[in-house]
Amino acid sequence: MAQTIPDLRNPQPIRNRKKPLPFPFNVWQSAIGRKWIMALTGVGLLGFVIAHMIGNFHVLEGPAKFHEYAEVLRDLGGGIIPRMWLLWILRLGLIAMFGLHIAAAYTTKEISRKASDGANFMDGQKSYPGGRDYVAANYASRTMRWTGPIILLYLIFHLADLTWGLLPHTNYVKGDPYNNLSTSLGNLPVAIIYIAANIALALHIFHGTWSLFQSLGLNNPKYNNARKGLAAGLAGVILLGNLSFPILTQVGVIDNDKNECAQFTEQAENTECFEELLSHGGE
Amino acid sequence: MTATMEPSTKVTSPRLDSKVPETDDIANMWENHKFSMKLVNPNNKRKFTVIVVGTGLAGSSAAATLAELGYNVKAFTFHDSPRRAHSIAAQGGINAAKNYQNDGDSVHRLFYDTVKGGDYRSREANVHRLAEVSVNIIDQATAQGVPFARDYGGLLDNRSFGGAQVSRTFYARGQTGQQLLLGAYSALNRQIESGGVEMHNRKEMLDLVVKDGHTAGIVTRDLLTGEVESHSAHAVVLATGGYGNVYYLSTNAMMCNVTAAWRAHRKGAFFANPCYTQIHPTCIPASDDHQSKLTLMSESLRNDGRIWVPTEFDDSRMAKDIPEGERDYYLERKYPAFGNLVPRDVASRNAKTVVDEGRGVGPLKNGVFLDFADAIARDGAETIKAKYGNLFDMYQNITGENPYERPMRIYPATHYTMGGLWVDYHLMTTVPGTYAIGEANFSDHGANRLGASALMQGLADGYFVLPYTIGDYLADKLGDGIVPTDDPVFKEAEAQVADQTNKWLSVNGTKSPEHYHRELGKIVWDRIGMARDQNGLEKAQDEIASLEEEFKTNVRVMGDNTSMNTELEKVGRVADFFELAKLKARDALVRNESCGGHFRVESQTEEGEALRDDENFSHSAAWEWHDESTEQTKHEEQLEFKHVKLSQRSYK
Amino acid sequence: MSENNINITLDVWRQDGPADKGRFETYEAKEISTDSSFLEMLDVVNERLIDDEKMPITFESDCREGICGTCSLMINGQAHGPNKGQATCQLHMRTFKNGDHITVEPFRAKSFPIIKDLAVSRAAMDKIQHAGGYITVSTGSAPDANLTPVPKEAADMAFDAAACIGCGACVAACPNSAAQLFTSAKVQHLNLLPQGQSERWMRVEQMVDTMEDYFGTCTNHGECYEACPKEISLDFIAFMNRDYVKAKIKNRKLAGQN
Repeated sequence: MAQTIPDLRNPQPIRNRKKPLPFPFNVWQSAIGRKWIMALTGVGLLGFVIAHMIGNFHVLEGPAKFHEYAEVLRDLGGGIIPRMWLLWILRLGLIAMFGLHIAAAYTTKEISRKASDGANFMDGQKSYPGGRDYVAANYASRTMRWTGPIILLYLIFHLADLTWGLLPHTNYVKGDPYNNLSTSLGNLPVAIIYIAANIALALHIFHGTWSLFQSLGLNNPKYNNARKGLAAGLAGVILLGNLSFPILTQVGVIDNDKNECAQFTEQAENTECFEELLSHGGE
Repeated sequence: MTATMEPSTKVTSPRLDSKVPETDDIANMWENHKFSMKLVNPNNKRKFTVIVVGTGLAGSSAAATLAELGYNVKAFTFHDSPRRAHSIAAQGGINAAKNYQNDGDSVHRLFYDTVKGGDYRSREANVHRLAEVSVNIIDQATAQGVPFARDYGGLLDNRSFGGAQVSRTFYARGQTGQQLLLGAYSALNRQIESGGVEMHNRKEMLDLVVKDGHTAGIVTRDLLTGEVESHSAHAVVLATGGYGNVYYLSTNAMMCNVTAAWRAHRKGAFFANPCYTQIHPTCIPASDDHQSKLTLMSESLRNDGRIWVPTEFDDSRMAKDIPEGERDYYLERKYPAFGNLVPRDVASRNAKTVVDEGRGVGPLKNGVFLDFADAIARDGAETIKAKYGNLFDMYQNITGENPYERPMRIYPATHYTMGGLWVDYHLMTTVPGTYAIGEANFSDHGANRLGASALMQGLADGYFVLPYTIGDYLADKLGDGIVPTDDPVFKEAEAQVADQTNKWLSVNGTKSPEHYHRELGKIVWDRIGMARDQNGLEKAQDEIASLEEEFKTNVRVMGDNTSMNTELEKVGRVADFFELAKLKARDALVRNESCGGHFRVESQTEEGEALRDDENFSHSAAWEWHDESTEQTKHEEQLEFKHVKLSQRSYK
Repeated sequence: MSENNINITLDVWRQDGPADKGRFETYEAKEISTDSSFLEMLDVVNERLIDDEKMPITFESDCREGICGTCSLMINGQAHGPNKGQATCQLHMRTFKNGDHITVEPFRAKSFPIIKDLAVSRAAMDKIQHAGGYITVSTGSAPDANLTPVPKEAADMAFDAAACIGCGACVAACPNSAAQLFTSAKVQHLNLLPQGQSERWMRVEQMVDTMEDYFGTCTNHGECYEACPKEISLDFIAFMNRDYVKAKIKNRKLAGQN
């Protein structure tokens, strides 16, 4: 491999500094700024993950209540903002946050790659050919660049499965989330995929939560010790909550046999069916 | 080869014009002199190029300040970064006559203490100026962000240091040197960034170039490529530190050397008082033959530790097994007033005496105890830990022994060299246009340096003295260009440096430069160490000369001259140490008196204390180089003490 | 063999020059005193190599008391070796056992090009310092040192940052080759002090931007802190991150608004 001789007194910069853009775009221009953005979008996404999990607990109340929850989401801002609008605004916000989070992660990883080039950069990280001994970096922190893409792939799978209904294993019925969820997760390999992906998500959240305090500069010795605990607690709760869905489906607590409206396959029909049920007190 | 005893001339050599202003008003001498010196107009300063070699406290501060004034500065260091210079290792602190503690300190008292501490072998005028500008150093360093210790009111804290009777030492935990150097380095960084200083890292000065009696520039070797380069300037400032590593084992860093100063000496700069070396009393004794350096522990340990050895000879018992009655607290016994806080040279020499008697402690019987048991019993381990915790940890790390449970073992080691290039009041050497500042010069500490004064002197020279005095020389050179680097004087010097470097590679001997350095160090330590006598010094000259002969024909330098080669760097430095060692022995031999860091066995009081001979030796000895086959000639600068009365030191 | 001596095997990275390919070479180091330091052990190995007319191992060191930051070395996969809060020169052979196999590598990062064997150039760290690691105060213009009291806690914290010796272990240990710990220590040393306020926002921007010219991005592993011979706290990285984005947002004309 032909190599140019490095200038030992004036090392070559790993990237060219660009002309500063006006605020707030200049924040993006620096890696620290991108870490801020990654942290802020991480907070937003974390909020989504928590809200999503809590909302999903409605599934335990039965098909009708779960359907009602889905309807409430569509009616957010009800009476003031037209139906579906606020949900879409939230969805667009989520998409933007995902996009920024991923872009920041990818570009900062690239900067680190360039900074380690020639220092045996392998597997997304710098390596020492003689081997190295990690002291502080834990499994979660070292696998962020693996858990991230896993979560992204899982997300696409999840959307295709339960939002777009594109996957054959699910007997997808638009407007009947209970049916969709229970038929999807009732499939053992799919349940395993969900479980594996949520473990990755928990690892990602564990390091991400502790890390975001550092990236945002939220640092005060008075509560610094609590950061790791908070991260572990949050990751643990989210892990348990999210794992409960595939597990409860597999053990039969969530089962489409309990779905009285399962025979309807048109959205309007099962909406009517569920509303009928709810007007009788959910029975 | 035995040197003849040169009698003192008792007159100042006409070659040594100290330029000390002729006035009895020492308090206003510097102030008035600043007014009388020639100035360079601000717009003209950019027409001058000044080279600064070395980037420790003195070099960094000088380079930064000269650039701030507007001069074009080229700074050189053989390190990869200016911040690595050995000033960084100073632990204790820096003196300044601020009198913040309201305990009666003053410029005059600091001046007085320094002259007295130097055992009346320094130039009064220089020392007074040092004491005057000491207060500015603290202001400057604080403004730069040096995090000096503070009390709870947020004001600066002081401590008493090295036996001083007032608290005038400013400190930054145990790393005052590093913090002050980072301050000077930050000032230098600002100038590098703004273009005022052109920084040359990893380049070693290997020759001074003189044309028509005036400084023309320097020749350097690029330590990364072996390339020999010339750099031309109107003036050259040497801030290249001391020569303590001539002892091989010292508290100096591995790379500290005399080379730049010595090459200047060979080009006409007189070398003064090479026999003055400070031996620091509280270092960790060597543990084996492969020891590469000795580690100093802050002298402040003597504030609470008690120094003792067993009364019995060759006592191998553990310290705790030796009963109180069989311990000899020899400093407390001999010096009831000062006890364990006697000056460095006294403490060092007494340690040598008891070790030489066979009462040394430790596996190699090469140390004395420094015992904190009483202090721990009195103040509690927590208090002692708060004061000295980092030093105790350092000791434990190096020796593997826990000093909270058993006494430390300490022994003196070479620490600082008061001798150096002779300079006048303007800090100019005998080569017009070549200056020496910091430890590289000989000027302010006389025969012995007080604790916490080295940092003070380095920064005083760099920030507040040289930047003024250099203008007096440069003002006359306005309109003179620098000597172009393709001038024959540069080409000759370059060829010589290149030749010599290649010659080392072709000796093809059998022993490493390190080996010869170690062997040289043993001779110098044994014969020109803490106690010297005529017989030993004469032997030293012979031994050094014959070892040098062997070195030149039997050294083995591996590698090439086109890439980084630390062996090749080392061999040239060792060669210069050989030449210096010979001169050091000679200087020690002709100075037939004891003073400060120079103890001649023949000249002592009945109690075994150093006895000065003011009648014959109240002078600085400055040696003039001729050539390799001719011995240097001695010149004397007579010292006058008008403001501090000469007295024999007594610490009884 | 005396009981204080051990025999060890070294795998040492040898590289002839910056553009050459490196390799590991194995050396048996016999009869090494456990009282010697790691670098003294290498000295002994080198002298024996010279005796055998072989090229000694190039490594850098100077003060050998853990303050100058010249020494480096990745020892058994850890910057400055296994002991916390120590530079390589402070590592003693009593840390190792007879028969140990020790791997020695240079500090690695794109901006730490290898000069030879174990010596690397850390010039990029100086560039960060040049960019703003100072308080603008020309010699002679300083007011009295006690004019501005500095709360002891602030002074102590600034000192904790200022203790950085600029060795580059943080970069070497960082899986991203980031210099965050070094830069934050240098920035916050000055930014925490009243004297440093005038240039606070400019300083953090310039130093961080220069850092990013040469080094990777922080992912908060914390390896740097573990490797740091002066145990500089990760808190400084957080402070620097905060100052940096604040500097982007702030209107500097309202300098008084901290």
